[in-house]
Amino acid sequence: MSDESVYQQIILDHYKHPQHRGLPEDFDAQVHHVNPTCGDEVTLRLRLNGDTVADLGWEGEGCSISQASTSVMSDLVVGKSIDDALALQAKFLDLMQSQGHAALSEHDEDELEDAVAFEGVSKYPARVKCALLGWMAMKSAVAEARLLTEGNSS
Amino acid sequence: MGLDVELIRKDFPILSREVHGVPLVYLDSANSAQKPQVVIDSEADLYANHYANVARAVHTLGSEVTHAYEGARDKVAAFLNAPRREEVIFTRNITEALNLLAYSLSNATTFPGADKFRLGPGDEIVVTEMEHHSNIVPWQQLAQRTGATFRWIPLTDDGRLVEEAIDEVINERTKVVSFVYQSNALGTINPVKRIIARAKAVGAVSIVDAAQAAPHIPLEVQDLGADFVAFTGHKLYGPSGVGVLWGRYDLLAELPPFLGGGEMIETVDMTRSTFAAPPHRFEAGTPMIAQAVALGTAVDYVTGLGIENIRDHEHEITGYALQALQTVPDLRIIGPVENVDRGATIAFALKGVHPHDVAQLLDENGIAVRAGHHCARPVCVRYGIPATTRASFGVYTTTDEIDALMRGVERVQKMFG
Repeated sequence: MSDESVYQQIILDHYKHPQHRGLPEDFDAQVHHVNPTCGDEVTLRLRLNGDTVADLGWEGEGCSISQASTSVMSDLVVGKSIDDALALQAKFLDLMQSQGHAALSEHDEDELEDAVAFEGVSKYPARVKCALLGWMAMKSAVAEARLLTEGNSS
Repeated sequence: MGLDVELIRKDFPILSREVHGVPLVYLDSANSAQKPQVVIDSEADLYANHYANVARAVHTLGSEVTHAYEGARDKVAAFLNAPRREEVIFTRNITEALNLLAYSLSNATTFPGADKFRLGPGDEIVVTEMEHHSNIVPWQQLAQRTGATFRWIPLTDDGRLVEEAIDEVINERTKVVSFVYQSNALGTINPVKRIIARAKAVGAVSIVDAAQAAPHIPLEVQDLGADFVAFTGHKLYGPSGVGVLWGRYDLLAELPPFLGGGEMIETVDMTRSTFAAPPHRFEAGTPMIAQAVALGTAVDYVTGLGIENIRDHEHEITGYALQALQTVPDLRIIGPVENVDRGATIAFALKGVHPHDVAQLLDENGIAVRAGHHCARPVCVRYGIPATTRASFGVYTTTDEIDALMRGVERVQKMFG
């Protein structure tokens, strides 16, 4: 039973020891996303440096899936190029929409790293939004930050 | 007289299934109750052997199905000890029953001869802070449409109505008092007669939301003295898709209709229509025929077991669960902790663990509970929590299942500890 538990150790570890938690002073965009089903909330700040996600930090409250997933996302995305970060977001979205039937290649697993632990969540439609919360917030923040930085450069 | 719960469980086919490889422990009956085989058979039998539309066909099937549908109305009327069968209106669920009332009252603004139901600025509509959304939103909307003021009776820290506020909030300006008999979020059983008496004293229409009460407490409308009582079938071991609004005949006869259409009319001209007498006045269009008939069967089933026996069994289970849950460290019961004037629904919060995580982990052990704000968000706001985990019991719930819940909670705490 524990093998198929949604609550993989990685998820519990990130929940108990969240990464990149805290809101940095220096940021290009701040977004606030909520998931009305669980009442999960995340506030996320992000700073770009050229085409790279230079820094990201967040505060949030809610279920372990939402908080752990935001933590995992932060670890993965900081330091990556915008394109890679958004590609990873798309890959994670696919995984979450797989309804438990994802056929991840070794390459996918390597790229998703700890985010692979959320595969089991995809079987529970009610919880998919929890896992996606931080990732969606990151995507919005990137879009907002881009608008701002592009606006400044033109 | 105790019920033979092991025997009763055999009536419910779903209770013998497994979830994640372990026997199902269904502790979500306040959300929706499971169905005994007789109810399932009743719906199937109607479709297999008697089905046609009601009230309009001359043929044999039409007459059989009308007999069955109206027979269900008789059963519900008897279950409620209603003075007249015409006082029983079938609705889709309790939400529709309450909306029917809110919109009918709203229609009184322009309906000829409905002056006594009219609301406007200066009038007040009263609910309680423990209502589920179905008994909040329709009244907020009615207040908005009519300019009336929406008010509520507040809650104490231990999940009961503030007794002293009842006479203050319900006053001479009050036109409608709509409140819950037993709270779905807290388990609290309210002083129904006390509130109805106050509503009567100030000349307000009284409406009792008995969605949670109907499966657990004898519901005698004449004894209660309310103007309207509503409940839903699926919580009473009946099918989904059918609910009941009971109302005093003299009020129903004058209340403007809600939905217009077939069967609710007396005569239709291209320039105007006149309306049928209750209950058909409020049953526009083809109703939920098979579901109403199966609800009649559910009523028979419950009556056969004896609603008092069901209440006693659930009271015992609730006491057992309250006692067990209170021994768990970092567990807070949201609602009355004493097994007095409370029903078979217990909401709780576990420190440091979100209710959705609790529910998901319990599900991995085959235990079905509800997590969330239970469509009663203001209750959660009142107690400063985003959501709760809720275990609720029915006629088939055993102490073994409560023990399973306790083991499940222990596992949750271990994982998140």
